Amino acid sequence: MSDPLLQLAGVHTHIGQYHILQGVDLVVPQGGITVLLGRNGAGKTTTLRTIMGLWHASRGTVRFDGGDITQSPTPDIACSGIAYVPESMGIFSDLTVRENLYLAARSVKRAGEMDEARLEWIFGFFGALKKFWNQPAGTLSGGQKQMVAIARAIVEPRKLLLIDEPTKGLAPAIIQGMIAAFRELKRTETILLVEQNFSFVCALGDSVAVMDGGRIVHSGSMAALADDRELQHKLLGLSLDAHQ
Amino acid sequence: MIRTLLSRDLPRSRPLSAMLLVVLLGLMLAPFLVSGARSLNVAATICVFVVLVASYDLLLGYTGIVSFAHTMFYGIGAYGVGLALHGMGPSWWAVFVGTAGALSLSLVLALVIGLFSLRVRAIFYAMITLAVASAFSVVASQMSDFTGGEDGRTFKVPEILQPSFRLFDAEILGRVVDGKLITYYLVFFSALALFLFMLRIVNSPFGRVLQAIRENDFRAEALGYRTVIYRTLANCLGALIATLAGVLMALWLRYVGPKTMLSFEVMTDILLIVVIGGMGTIYGAVIGSALFILAQNYLQVLMAQASAAMSGIPFLANLFHPDRWLLWLGVLFVLSVYFFPTGIVGRLRIKALLRGRP
Repeated sequence: MSDPLLQLAGVHTHIGQYHILQGVDLVVPQGGITVLLGRNGAGKTTTLRTIMGLWHASRGTVRFDGGDITQSPTPDIACSGIAYVPESMGIFSDLTVRENLYLAARSVKRAGEMDEARLEWIFGFFGALKKFWNQPAGTLSGGQKQMVAIARAIVEPRKLLLIDEPTKGLAPAIIQGMIAAFRELKRTETILLVEQNFSFVCALGDSVAVMDGGRIVHSGSMAALADDRELQHKLLGLSLDAHQ
Repeated sequence: MIRTLLSRDLPRSRPLSAMLLVVLLGLMLAPFLVSGARSLNVAATICVFVVLVASYDLLLGYTGIVSFAHTMFYGIGAYGVGLALHGMGPSWWAVFVGTAGALSLSLVLALVIGLFSLRVRAIFYAMITLAVASAFSVVASQMSDFTGGEDGRTFKVPEILQPSFRLFDAEILGRVVDGKLITYYLVFFSALALFLFMLRIVNSPFGRVLQAIRENDFRAEALGYRTVIYRTLANCLGALIATLAGVLMALWLRYVGPKTMLSFEVMTDILLIVVIGGMGTIYGAVIGSALFILAQNYLQVLMAQASAAMSGIPFLANLFHPDRWLLWLGVLFVLSVYFFPTGIVGRLRIKALLRGRP
């Protein structure tokens, strides 16, 4: 078996006086979608932010692509090939859609030099972006802003995408479009996806890790969890039926 | 051609274009349109403030850095060239030495302040800059043997810039081409070039990163940008341009002093102009400076006329008494901020914003 792309071993993270992550062990294999599930406050977002270096681990190690990134500064982690789509989307609202994507395309000097073929590939998932290409991103709807945030993460090939609750607050019709986009994306990208929408991740996930109280309490295949309603209830306090 | 000159950042509003054109033509033709030293002084001050305010907008409006040390850099430029001309005599070499020395000092100070304090939160950075600027102002006043203390220094400028200098005997459009006119156009064209340079900076990829940092510095970091470096570069750039604005003001006034160049009043003027003109627009510096400096210089005159016209009406005549001009200036500011919360340029550009950027 090949080495995992990302590996967290015994990671502890403190935010001020709060001890949020209490020994997270997580493995993200190369390719496909790894889903990180858990109740509110379980530490999912903190895990992503710790990987990204926005909060540094106080103990434990984070290894990515063969290197230790535990204490690396955020810009270095980003440049090593990890793209992060935060829960709040984090788009630059005063800048146009084009400028938002261009800022993430670190290998080009000018917006006009962005890879046309790749942009067309992105427009294939998120057609609205082409329409609003020169519009300030702040004037777009919530769903369109989410498209900008994800498009920005994939504007250039990355080794790993960290995506935090992409369906939060989106209308069901947009979520269906998002499922189709992720299904296409996972053919080429490795994604660590934090999500509360269980039916969304059931349709997409390859492997899954469940968090509770700042630790990983279960990991395995998504299909196995989707089939085991008792386990879902035990881990997440839900049944698939209730969320479909 | 114009698109290239304006770095493809056109005004995108007809009223704004018209206002900018009026200011540009007014300043360009000021020596031929107005008579008297005071009017030309107002025009030159507007030119210098356009540069000074735009360089502050680079920090506040584009990068989100709140600094109170901007007048310090302006003062360094003015004192640099002023003291060099005072000490070395009126030569271009002295102008060069003074300018180069001032730019170097500003660069070092901006770099040190930036690297040491741009990591801290905005309010603490503002406080640090305030402390450094106040200390610098006190030092400039205390070193009276060198700086002239509270009185400042008057000095002679190179011969071609001296009022008594005549380029030729003939008049152009009824005006003698003297040293004052040459100095005015030196100030005007330098200000224009610096303004266009700043427009180029904010519309460059570097400028877009600054805007991204202003909106969300964590996001910019997560995209791989070292925000401290970008903030420090913006800080240095703003400081250097403010220094050049100070050089131009010193050459125009042929005087440097702490009240004119280093006082906190100048800082509050800059802040007000940025807010009135519109933060993060660069063009706001032009509209804001023109309106503010004109109001500062002519509101009292206008009020004197209004008061005289209302001499029969006791309450109104008192209300518009020229002594109350500061009160009315304050009222005008409050109204402008109330009706134009995004500044005059921001308000005029709302429709263009929804249309998108070409």
